[in-house]
Amino acid sequence: MSVGRRRAAMLGARRGAGVPGMVLFASFVGFGAFARAAGLDFWQTVYMTFTVFALPGQVVLVDQIDSGATLLAAAIAVTITAVRLMPMTVSILPVLRGARTPLWQQMLMSHFVAATVWIESMRRIPELDRADRVPYYLGLACVLWPLTVCATGVGHLIAGEVPADISAALLLLTPFYFLFSLIAAIRERMDLAAVIGGFALGPVFHLFLPGFDLLWTGLVAGTIAWAVGRRRRA
Amino acid sequence: MSAVGVGIGPYLFIAIAGFLATDIWRLLGVLFSVRLDESSESLRWVRAVSTALIAGLVSRLILFPVGDLVMASLTLRLLAVAAGLGAYFLLRRSLFLGIVAGEATLLAGLWLAS
Repeated sequence: MSVGRRRAAMLGARRGAGVPGMVLFASFVGFGAFARAAGLDFWQTVYMTFTVFALPGQVVLVDQIDSGATLLAAAIAVTITAVRLMPMTVSILPVLRGARTPLWQQMLMSHFVAATVWIESMRRIPELDRADRVPYYLGLACVLWPLTVCATGVGHLIAGEVPADISAALLLLTPFYFLFSLIAAIRERMDLAAVIGGFALGPVFHLFLPGFDLLWTGLVAGTIAWAVGRRRRA
Repeated sequence: MSAVGVGIGPYLFIAIAGFLATDIWRLLGVLFSVRLDESSESLRWVRAVSTALIAGLVSRLILFPVGDLVMASLTLRLLAVAAGLGAYFLLRRSLFLGIVAGEATLLAGLWLAS
């Protein structure tokens, strides 16, 4: 459907201010508190969310800093968790970009690729006209990014004042939101197989190949799901 | 060099071990996607891989919790997920109500256990 570039950007921004924004806000409040407990000061913590914008990698980095890791060790640990962003970027850009979107613009846009933005984009973007897709994506990202930066600061400020029950509930928010979003984004048998397979294999690889578990889960369960989808379509 | 400190040091540390270590994969993703178009079979494969990867992340976050979530037993965590899923499908696939039902179950369970 065609809604026009301005309306598409507003749609993205409104979506970002809805449930995904609330969930991300809560998750990053938790991160801010965690970083403070590890000894990072306010500005270091906020700066990390601003530059990295990928929660699992940030948690790993803070953990490395906390345990006194060297620069090289920390960079390797973070990069392992960040590999997952590559297939996500590869899958989102061909859907997102227009015929003439310059490479430098695509590179700037890629900074916002993270689980939440990826999920929201995969769900809604295919329904939009080509011309409206980049504005929608930027509207979404330009709300979520500053929101996470603010949430990180808030979390750093209120650290230690959150009751344990509430803190536990906050930690369950992210998996819940991802789970329902994944289910909502299922469009064909391949997607369903990928969700079920990833769900089943994630814990297995976590036990046997910690560190690379997500990548292996994606490759094995994803390839099986893709093969299942192909057989159905043949 | 220690990261937690004063001055420019920590910021450089985060820029290299955080920003560079992360965004290199995003940039590589852009370069790899250049020759793909929306309807290609390889793109379908990549989509399946990323979907499975996020699903794996979900089950890991639920089965191997960190922080204060370890207070909730495995049974309670799974019960909360079941309640959330049930609400999601019963209440016209509402993301918001699914999350509320799951969280309410968790908080009720924690409150009863304490």
